[in-house]
Amino acid sequence: MSKQKPRLFYDAKVMFKRCMKIALRNPEALVQATLTPIFLMLLFGAVFGNITDVGDYSYVDFIIPGIILQAVAQATSYTAINVNTDMMKGIVDRFRSMPLAKSALLIGHAGASIMRNVMTTAVIIGTAFVVGFTPKGGLVDWLIASGVLLLSVTAITCFAVFCGLKAKTPESASGLMFPLFILPFVSSGFAPTETMHVAIRWFAEHQPMTPVINVVRSLMLGHPAGNDLWVALAWAVGISVLAFALAVRRYMRKMG
Amino acid sequence: MENIITVSSLKKSFKTNHVLKDVSFTIRKGSIFALLGSNGAGKTTAVRILSTLSKPDGGKATIGGYDVERQGDAVRAMISLTGQFAAVDEVLTGRENLQIIGELKRLPNIKSKVNEWLGTFGLEDAADRPVSTYSGGMRRRLDIAMSLMGNPKVIFLDEPTTGLDPQNRLAMWDLVKNLAKDGTTVFLTTQYLEEAEHLADHIAILHEGKIIAEGTPGKLKTIMPQRGAHLNFASDADAQKALQLLQQNGIAVGGLTQNMPSLEEVFLTLIGEKKEGESHE
Ligand SMILES: Nc1ncnc2c1ncn2[C@@H]1O[C@H](COP(=O)(O)OP(=O)(O)O)[C@@H](O)[C@H]1O
Ligand SMILES: [Mg+2]
Repeated sequence: MSKQKPRLFYDAKVMFKRCMKIALRNPEALVQATLTPIFLMLLFGAVFGNITDVGDYSYVDFIIPGIILQAVAQATSYTAINVNTDMMKGIVDRFRSMPLAKSALLIGHAGASIMRNVMTTAVIIGTAFVVGFTPKGGLVDWLIASGVLLLSVTAITCFAVFCGLKAKTPESASGLMFPLFILPFVSSGFAPTETMHVAIRWFAEHQPMTPVINVVRSLMLGHPAGNDLWVALAWAVGISVLAFALAVRRYMRKMG
Repeated sequence: MENIITVSSLKKSFKTNHVLKDVSFTIRKGSIFALLGSNGAGKTTAVRILSTLSKPDGGKATIGGYDVERQGDAVRAMISLTGQFAAVDEVLTGRENLQIIGELKRLPNIKSKVNEWLGTFGLEDAADRPVSTYSGGMRRRLDIAMSLMGNPKVIFLDEPTTGLDPQNRLAMWDLVKNLAKDGTTVFLTTQYLEEAEHLADHIAILHEGKIIAEGTPGKLKTIMPQRGAHLNFASDADAQKALQLLQQNGIAVGGLTQNMPSLEEVFLTLIGEKKEGESHE
């Protein structure tokens, strides 16, 4: 199939545009994805800012990475919903009966999901500056931090696509994403893990979001990322590859 | 004329439900073919196999000489499918829906093509509204317009008139006839004998997994159950008089409507089963 390669790229691009358009037509989702994190940032800053001792950091500086991951998890549940809606309705049969690259639809959804998250993250960081975020990292630090975030977004997106394929209804697709809404709060995102109860602390220190949050925070504030960088990368790449493989397998089985 | 679709001994089961047991037919290029069957007969199952969405358990089907199972890409390049339920993006506008299909089919001058299709299907006014605001008939028209983009050689229409009001149904009939005039081969499924007879050059009746009768509408008429006739009169009084006087005096008859046998009657005649009044929707 020599014509498959250019076909895949072109078809995926059209699907990407379609998925972006569909997402932009859902204003509640957009507003929620952007306002919730901003609200959380203000709320946490105001309520806990004075009582939580987070060492050398200001509290706003401290919570930005956690806020970002929370927002990504929330926004990406719409990816699971959109994938599921497509698979359950006649539209996927139309695409299947056309001479398209099979995986174009999935790639379009994943690409649109990553793009939306990049936009949301940019808005959050922009707002953070208004609230008093004072990063000290250099350009290289920011580039590495962005790379780690991008990989994490990819991992969460791949997981969401898999949830969308696995679930039988859009509601249960976003239900499968629920653990991801909780993980940021049981991590180093909003309080140092040392302050936590021993069992929760163990969990927080071993779940994937903690190293990602630590790396992003350290780099943005100009500290060395240390070992956390490799742990974060391993988690992000590992989850991406695994979720992607599972999603493709499930998709191909459905597509016959 | 040559055959564009050949189906031989097609079989498909879902677990113990043997939906297609032995289905064979051929379709001539540029003709209108109707697969007639009651609800649950397996029409959609047959359409899904031919449009490469599902694999048969046995038998063989080709479109334009390509095997639907093994040469799916070549088949998909020739066909378009309008499923039983509209395959449109609800949140996008009619124009956007057409635009996306045009891009996926890599048509030249998509913008003007889209305008052309919107016009042909009477959707100009609604073009920039989300499809979720469309009526059933408009949605169906958009669905078919999307299928027709890129001028497929074979178009599958799975129950295109089910759920349409009489006016939209007539419009759909005209559309189907015009398609065939342009040389497109039309494969449609229907539950209505009347529709099949009106539209199709060739009809195959699917019942209990097999084609129990096949041929031109004219040929089928000769083997179908006898049709009665309705005489219409201007008034009840006329009708009463007519009943008494019809034999002696010729009373003006306002109209003559053929009384179509129901599908069940057709089955009963064709398979000689006179008992069991199992009802079909
Ligand atoms: N994916 C499927 N899984 C299990 N059974 C199915 C599936 N698709 C269709 N069937 C069954 O096959 C039979 C024929 O269905 P279908 O082809 O949709 O009939 P029609 O289109 O003529 O109404 C029905 O009994 C239906 O329940
Ligand atoms: Mg059907």
